Amino acid sequence: MGEREYDASSYAPPAEVEEMELPHPKGFFGKYVWSQDAKVIAVQYGLTATAIGLVALVLSLLMRLQLGFPNSLSLIDPGSYLQYVTMHGMIMVVYLLTAIFLGGFGNYLIPLMCGARDMVFPYLNMLSYWIYLASVLILVAGFFVAGGSTGAGWTLYPPQAISPGTPGVDTGIVLMLVSLAVFIVGFTMGGLNYVVTVLQARTRGMTLMRLPLTVWGIFMATVMALLAFPALFVAVLMMLMDRLIGTSFFMPEMLSMGESSDHRGGSPLLFQHLFWFFGHPEVYIVALPAFGIVSDLIATHARKNIFGYRMMVWAIIIIGALSFVVWAHHMYVSGMSPYFGFLFATTTLIIAVPTAIKVYNWVLTLWRGNIRLTLPMLFAIGFLFTFVNGGLSGLFLGNVTVDVPLSDTYFVVGHFHMVMAVAPILVIFGAIYHWYPKITGRMLDETLGKVHFWITFLGTYVIYYPMHFMGLEGVPRRYYAYGETTFISDSVQSLNAVITVAAFIVALAQLLFLFNLAWSYFRGREAGSNPWQATTLEWQTPHTPPRHGNFGKALPIVYRWPYDYSVPGVKQDFIPQNVPPEAVERESDTRRGGER
Amino acid sequence: MTVTLVLVVLMMAAFAGWLFRQSFNVRPWVAASARGQLPAPIPPSVTAPRVGLGVLLAVVTSVFALTVSAYLMRREMGADWQSPPLPGLLWGNTLALALASLALQVAWQAARRGATRRLHQALAVGGGLTLAFLVGQLVVWRQLEAAGYYLSSNPANAFFYLLTALHAAHLLGGLVAWGRVLARLHGGAGALRQRAGVELCALYWHFLLLVWALVFGLMLSS
Ligand code: HEM
Ligand SMILES: [Cu+2]
Repeated sequence: MGEREYDASSYAPPAEVEEMELPHPKGFFGKYVWSQDAKVIAVQYGLTATAIGLVALVLSLLMRLQLGFPNSLSLIDPGSYLQYVTMHGMIMVVYLLTAIFLGGFGNYLIPLMCGARDMVFPYLNMLSYWIYLASVLILVAGFFVAGGSTGAGWTLYPPQAISPGTPGVDTGIVLMLVSLAVFIVGFTMGGLNYVVTVLQARTRGMTLMRLPLTVWGIFMATVMALLAFPALFVAVLMMLMDRLIGTSFFMPEMLSMGESSDHRGGSPLLFQHLFWFFGHPEVYIVALPAFGIVSDLIATHARKNIFGYRMMVWAIIIIGALSFVVWAHHMYVSGMSPYFGFLFATTTLIIAVPTAIKVYNWVLTLWRGNIRLTLPMLFAIGFLFTFVNGGLSGLFLGNVTVDVPLSDTYFVVGHFHMVMAVAPILVIFGAIYHWYPKITGRMLDETLGKVHFWITFLGTYVIYYPMHFMGLEGVPRRYYAYGETTFISDSVQSLNAVITVAAFIVALAQLLFLFNLAWSYFRGREAGSNPWQATTLEWQTPHTPPRHGNFGKALPIVYRWPYDYSVPGVKQDFIPQNVPPEAVERESDTRRGGER
Repeated sequence: MTVTLVLVVLMMAAFAGWLFRQSFNVRPWVAASARGQLPAPIPPSVTAPRVGLGVLLAVVTSVFALTVSAYLMRREMGADWQSPPLPGLLWGNTLALALASLALQVAWQAARRGATRRLHQALAVGGGLTLAFLVGQLVVWRQLEAAGYYLSSNPANAFFYLLTALHAAHLLGGLVAWGRVLARLHGGAGALRQRAGVELCALYWHFLLLVWALVFGLMLSS
């Protein structure tokens, strides 16, 4: 590694940005619709993901209605219940969480935090959004075609996914598969941008080890997504061929009403391997950005440097790599060899180590910090609780002997909602409260936010905690009604009613949040450029919201890591990354007024 | 899945090794002085388009590795697996693709030396040979179909069609890029931009040639 001498003054003109001839937008349309500016694309991603996420939320409410108060709405029959389950799950995981973390926060934060003017391939970036929108529209079309959307479950397991009798087998499943394929193509375009921008477009002084953990999390998640989504892509192509042109990749020969099907020789297990080769990394694709963001929220709002920065980075990398070798823990009940199961149980439990390290480091960062209970901090702490809860039940499920009886029960539903649904969603909320002032220039309302936080945080516990107990009793998941059984006690029904009421209250609280977003956009308190007194580069832009090109004439030069909070002997309790040591105001310093 | 696993592990290992060098012995909490040293800039040969192509190739590797993994898993699963005969034309196609790859290499070299006429010729030849390869593959499909090896009659057939189609689709995507480079040449773009485009095409073609060789070899061996 060669090093180059330089003198800050001789560098006053900015870094060369040759390849970044920024296409300057014209008019409203060019600025906000066909925009190649990553910040606009980020907002487009965010709004689209939120919109489709609301659809998924409504679907979950319909399901809860049926479970809590059976048959109160004639619209819901067993078939449509399955359709709701499927669309809810798929939308939440892929079209909301993946899209908003990578397409939304990735687009907004990567260029700003790295000190770049934009993504390296802006045109591709724009295409990525429009293709994502197309995939969402194709997905939504499923609701309106004859037979409705698919009811195969978000795992889309064949043969049932494309066999007669499953809702939406005519058109719904085809639309779902096409939509996923389109999504993956669009994502790949975006993903190339995120990775190459982090690698190539960092401003001078921004070494990898000075990147905020947010960028690390999003970066690693993108790398994983680029390698894992192809598995879903291939599986989707093969299933489409099975469904449309009669191949038998996944479809075995089946007898139905005394007639044998046209398919012969396909292997449903093959699909499960492909699906989970994507499916497990997917969990971390939404978790790693959340890990990264939460680290920055905690450090900023506890006014402390993150504990064990390098350990945090390496934990992200190791979690990412290991998550490619655990996929079969979703297939313990598929009749695999016990040795195979043992192997995967081991790798699964090993992942808990770097994950636990991260949790300890967050807690140690909070320890004796100057904690400001701002909204982002509240949500970050909420995430810690929820994630630990969900993670612990994951340790149970990772063991074959425990998983087999619990598989496909509400224990699993409770577990994954805690760990991969609620926990990342809490981070998304925290992140929105944190960065909204930069995006719009105004603060979100504090009181509304607190109400939103407490209802959401406590509400999710009312919703998901009881599910673990129901699961232990053996209440199965994806069931429209339970009928007469000997093992489900009567109290389960009352519990279900309570959960449903809680779910509706939580959903209403989200309306409060949406109202806050809209209201504060016009009426919120002016934020100024750095309301949280944060160190990272996005808070040091000359304009708020940042203009096209992000940093005005000169790109910032980075002198330090992003966690210089409460540095002893320094007047301010934070030092932005672009402040050279010479310009830092020391407590004893009388000679020199800070130029900042 | 072994094939995929090995490749993913290799890619991850390369990535981790590179990262290790960047992070080893670094003390992130120490601030640099304005009059001190700046970390080395990225070498000029490591351009964004090149890195972008590298990442894209990793994605494409993943696609093919997974398909091949599925192929191998399925092949081991049942006695009903019957590989279709491989028409002799496939050898001709392979030759065409190899020559196309070579032509693009020549074009890249010509661009580097600034030999414009040579560049135009080689680029055109490369595209033409690629088209020939694609048409040849189509003919192979027809031949198989005519001989009764339908897509749906055996999983081995289905995999044959799937793998060849996937590969052809990637080449078609390459041809779109090739067309844009051609347009750029005729539009009188600067030498630097020309070279960058031609170079990416050449590398992509070499990669797809390698993929084809592996896929073809795999099918020959079963
Ligand atoms: C207020 C929020 C939510 C409520 C009330 C809710 C409720 C439900 C319900 C009732 C089910 C069906 C259980 C069954 O019958 O098997 C379900 C399934 C599911 N949910 Fe949620 N959910 C919420 C948020 C989320 C979020 C944010 C995610 C994102 C990861 C998510 C992911 C899933 C998945 C993957 C399934 C499984 C679908 C399947 O079995 O195919 N949910 N949810
Ligand atoms: Cu998993």
